[in-house]
Amino acid sequence: MSTVAAESWAAPALSSAPARRAGGAAAVSVRDLAVRFESDAGSVTALDGVGFDVPAGGFVTMLGPSGCGKSTLLRAVADLVPASEGEIAVFGRTPEEARLARDFAFVFQDATLLPWRSAIDNVRLPLEVGGRDGAVEQHAEPEKLLALVGLTGREAALPHELSGGMRQRVSIARALVCRPRVLLMDEPFGALDEITRDKLNEELLRIWRETGTTIIFVTHSIPEATFLGQKCLVLSAHPGRVREYVDIDFGGPRTLATRDTLEFVEVTAHLRGLLEESS
Amino acid sequence: MNGPRGAAPRAARAPAAGSAAGNGRRARSAAGRWRRRAPAIVAAFGILALWQGIVSGFGVPTWIAPSPVQVLQVFVERGDVLWTNFWPTLMEAASGFLVGNTVAAVLAVWFVHSQLAERAFYPIAVFVNTIPIIAVAPILVLLLGNGYAPKIVIAALICFFPTLVNMVRGLKAVSPQMLELMRVLSASGREVLFKIRVQSSLPFLFAALKIASTTCVIGAIVGEWIGSNYGLGALILEATYNYRAPLLYATVILGAGMAVAAFAIVTLVERRVLKWKPPEVF
Repeated sequence: MSTVAAESWAAPALSSAPARRAGGAAAVSVRDLAVRFESDAGSVTALDGVGFDVPAGGFVTMLGPSGCGKSTLLRAVADLVPASEGEIAVFGRTPEEARLARDFAFVFQDATLLPWRSAIDNVRLPLEVGGRDGAVEQHAEPEKLLALVGLTGREAALPHELSGGMRQRVSIARALVCRPRVLLMDEPFGALDEITRDKLNEELLRIWRETGTTIIFVTHSIPEATFLGQKCLVLSAHPGRVREYVDIDFGGPRTLATRDTLEFVEVTAHLRGLLEESS
Repeated sequence: MNGPRGAAPRAARAPAAGSAAGNGRRARSAAGRWRRRAPAIVAAFGILALWQGIVSGFGVPTWIAPSPVQVLQVFVERGDVLWTNFWPTLMEAASGFLVGNTVAAVLAVWFVHSQLAERAFYPIAVFVNTIPIIAVAPILVLLLGNGYAPKIVIAALICFFPTLVNMVRGLKAVSPQMLELMRVLSASGREVLFKIRVQSSLPFLFAALKIASTTCVIGAIVGEWIGSNYGLGALILEATYNYRAPLLYATVILGAGMAVAAFAIVTLVERRVLKWKPPEVF
């Protein structure tokens, strides 16, 4: 079921995901980024001198103490927060151009579904707004996306009839409907219980493999960052700076059992050490 | 053919006879509904009986207080008078409801899009709302004459303010994340208004419409008190001045019935339109 869904959804250019992943082209490139907010008490520097590359087709997690600006960084990439200094490129485009071209999609911590719309109509929302009516053939079919996130049969359910985990699945399907090249996820599973979270982590990896989408994933959970990321960007706080860009490789596909291996524990210990130093 | 036809009733009978799940619960809920409503019904009939008993027992003159039976008689004997005065009032109330709520909704949309407009006109709307409707009525009669117009305007005025306040609140009751989502999707202002704001304001709007559905009848009747020779309001005055208490009571009951019916209609429409649960409204 999932292979069918994936095949139908992946854009022609993205169908050879592993090849693209091997090629080193950057999906998102950040150079000397600074973000400052003006407040009554003066200017607050949220991010300062941040630079990193996210390889096309890669899965990068972002970890940092609270207040380190990891959400701000993601929002700057998504054109929700303006950069005060430096440059951000999403496949060579500015964040605004990328937003207008629907190069990226955003998944919020809260599922942010429209409560009056059924699951399937929520997935369709991106196709109805932003002058998207014309280019329907470039989109994935909402029904197949709901199947991809394991919600076959719940198409007509209203958000209040779904559990928190199901709502977040709908919001992931909605994010995928325009076949984004980059998926920006801001603590998407932060409000879910641990069992649901583990399950969704595994499914997100499967979706990532099947779609070849580049994913940037903000979290405050060290095991989650380790389990999901090929790379983990650790930020330090006040102001937010890159502490270390850690490569994570367990040599083989990841399953929940990966979490019990020694390598996994070593990586989490290393990340924890970095976090403790930087907070 | 025979098999399924024979099997169907048996299948239908099985849950009713076996488990108490299907019909049992329905029966229990019907019984529960009766148990919930019975006290009010019994109490209402009790009060009516008490009223009848006091009026006939103490020999209260009809022009001071009629008995329920006498009021009922008016509905039968003077039905034509009641109905000819019912329709104008209903028309005024319904028109006022429509005009007042439409103007309020449009203003609310404007206020949400223009802070300048909100700052300029919101305080004026509050001020107009503080003037008692009974004091505004003569002014409107002077301005608009003796026809339907002043009554409709009064009914509209009385509907206007609750709807304006609720609608502004509803249009603004959109989570910042929802607006960010729409921004990521490069949605236009129109799309945000119609796909998000209007939808999320509906629970607030219906709360206001329920208030308006009863107050618009009050507005129409008050309007008819000031210079009118038709409508339930005029009939109330006429019956009072002529000491025709049974007619007065019947007219009042008819006016109340109109308001209750309007409220029920709004509630029914709300139930059809609002299938979703608003997060933390009311």
